[in-house]
Amino acid sequence: MLQVSLARLKQGHRTIAYPAQAPALPERFRGLPIVDTSKCPDGCDECAEACPTNAITIDNQGLRLDLGRCLFCTDCMEACPEGAISYTRDYRLATRQRNDLLLQAQTLKLAEALDGTSRRLFGRSLKLRQVSAGGCNACEADLNVLGTVVFDMGRFGIQFVASPRHADGVVVTGPVSENMRTALLETYAAVPAPKLVIAVGACAISGGPFVDNPEVHNGCGSLLPVDLYIPGCPPHPLTVLDGLLRLLGRLEEGRRPS
Amino acid sequence: MIGNNGFVTLRNGQAAARTRVSEMSMAEFRDGILDAVASGQRVAAFFGHAPAAGGSVDLYGVLVDSARAHLHVGKTTLESDGFPSLTPECPQVHLFEREIGEQYGVCPEGHPWFKPVRFHACYRPGHDAWGRNPDEAPVVGVTDYYRIGGEEIHEVAVGPVHAGVIEPGHFRFQCHGEQVFHLEMALGYQHRGAERTLVGGPTKRTIHTIETVAGDTSVGHATAFCQAVEGLAGSQVPIRGDVLRGIALELERLANHTGDLGALAGDVGYLPAASYCGRLRGDFLNLTALLCGSRFGRSLVRPGGVVFDLDREQKQQCLERLEAAYRDVENAVNLLWNSASVQARFDGTGAIAREVCIALGMVGPAARACGVEQDARQDFPSGIFRFAQVPVSTWTTGDVFARAYVRWLEIQRSVAFIREQLRALPDGPIRTGVGALKPEHLVVALVEGWRGEICHIALTDAQGRFCRYKIVDPSFHNWTGLAMALRDQQISDFPLCNKSFNLSYCGHDL
Repeated sequence: MLQVSLARLKQGHRTIAYPAQAPALPERFRGLPIVDTSKCPDGCDECAEACPTNAITIDNQGLRLDLGRCLFCTDCMEACPEGAISYTRDYRLATRQRNDLLLQAQTLKLAEALDGTSRRLFGRSLKLRQVSAGGCNACEADLNVLGTVVFDMGRFGIQFVASPRHADGVVVTGPVSENMRTALLETYAAVPAPKLVIAVGACAISGGPFVDNPEVHNGCGSLLPVDLYIPGCPPHPLTVLDGLLRLLGRLEEGRRPS
Repeated sequence: MIGNNGFVTLRNGQAAARTRVSEMSMAEFRDGILDAVASGQRVAAFFGHAPAAGGSVDLYGVLVDSARAHLHVGKTTLESDGFPSLTPECPQVHLFEREIGEQYGVCPEGHPWFKPVRFHACYRPGHDAWGRNPDEAPVVGVTDYYRIGGEEIHEVAVGPVHAGVIEPGHFRFQCHGEQVFHLEMALGYQHRGAERTLVGGPTKRTIHTIETVAGDTSVGHATAFCQAVEGLAGSQVPIRGDVLRGIALELERLANHTGDLGALAGDVGYLPAASYCGRLRGDFLNLTALLCGSRFGRSLVRPGGVVFDLDREQKQQCLERLEAAYRDVENAVNLLWNSASVQARFDGTGAIAREVCIALGMVGPAARACGVEQDARQDFPSGIFRFAQVPVSTWTTGDVFARAYVRWLEIQRSVAFIREQLRALPDGPIRTGVGALKPEHLVVALVEGWRGEICHIALTDAQGRFCRYKIVDPSFHNWTGLAMALRDQQISDFPLCNKSFNLSYCGHDL
């Protein structure tokens, strides 16, 4: 017992001060990518050619980057002869609309809060059922992390629950394998309305590295009405937390991390 | 070599012309595998390949001879859509034969429990090993299951969607009251076509598919893939690149082992260690992110070496944070060993006998917990492990305690390894160019991932593209071990036993 108490003292308080304080992210963390198109030579499409998921398209309207397809890898950066592509450490990436993830020189339109009724219902207590539908266990692992003392998602009233009957929505990971389609739809159907759908990771948004494989459905968007898209491969836990808090209207002015 | 007549002998990562793998008769191939396994070798992979559309199916067997660091590869060509099953005499190939049957529509005749693995259509149009209508897509989970009769027998079905934030799979327990007579698992829910889609590669997407075969083992699978490609291209990774790969591989092991110990504590309701280890797992993930920006080591390991280097300051920071995390892990994990209530739940639960472990061809910490001394880092060293040895950690009891304790031993040794490697980080480049892959070659690459032996086999065609790429995640060897561990256990111990293996669903389902 003494050892347990001493260990408790030694292990200390570990919950991050977020959202009151901006979080510390690794120096090499790859957050929101930016493309300085002024550096792009005419006719160059090296980045688009290199992108493993064809997240970058270049046509007569210019360069467009689909954050929903982006794996946040280094292939485009390495391919670019002009060093025009770089990653910022901005972890805030979640949007309400799929189209908002298609970036073309505009700033990313981050997720807006739910409207009045939903926000009243879920704003202070959100219970979610997670369904991995072909996920590789990276998104799943970093969702699990939200329950650790570091992120302590429970302090915002957000919790993963075991039964869809107890849930206010589903969090989908994975490209939705054909073999998980029925289980996903049945889980969703078992959640009482009104309910939310949150797509976490490139796979759930677009199919990720498995896009267009006949064994998968390119994400859950064609099967379920998605309320929140959280890009990444996998998204950093803070990207997920930021998305959830935005959805609940918990990061309004004055409470936003500097 | 005894028992390996007709098999070509290779080293880990050594490419050989496919013509060197001579054609054997089914009888020679079969005897070669059975004799080798009887003499202590293990089947690392057994898979099919259909070289020409509409043509016959080749079977390849890859045996590991740990004592000599030899890999033996043999091949036979099937003359019909059937072959005599090896499973009755060699249980460790049972799942491989089911996989071959499902993928290529050839039936292992005499297989005692021949059923689908991943529930997808046959890769050879018009064929089906079960005689089902080839035009109808198989439905996942719809198959035969073991059933035990009797008045007080009941069946418990769980999944595919589980209570926690984990991957899907279906489990069926045949129970008598609380006692489990048999557990059968039906997987395949995670099937994404990962292996099939690699044919024709490498393409720009290949490495990303590899990194997500099992996302918690991104570094392990990426390293195995790179070893295969480097072997086929005949390129040498600079030593600094090898060291950084080794560090990343051990960080992956540290994160997962620490997380598993925490989860085991959670499953027996011991919350202090569960809570601390949950946090500490993240500290190790963050060390990987310090190296490459991604907590899962994405975009780090690439053919020819690694993408990111460590400068002096980062190296120092890495060392300091490693020591700090290790001190806290030691503190948290020792709570487990000193808590009678934890030990009472770990001791003797889900025990597997050494003979069963060997017969099933189990790998990784689960096998080492049964006293089987095998570890690809020692037996088939590649990369930096050719120069730096990590002692093999074993225990003898084969139970939940053993699987937990082996993880703790490995944590200590991985920390010692990383510490040593960081302090003596050699100078030089981290990556070299990798040329075209040799045409008509074959390579076998083994890496000891945190779950155990990762085996990648690549066959190239006349253009140097992959005409077959076989991935064997360690989970593929070990799922049956979990089923055996549950025999005669209480069903309430399933979560604990399951976590003590912590196998990959997507790595199995591919």
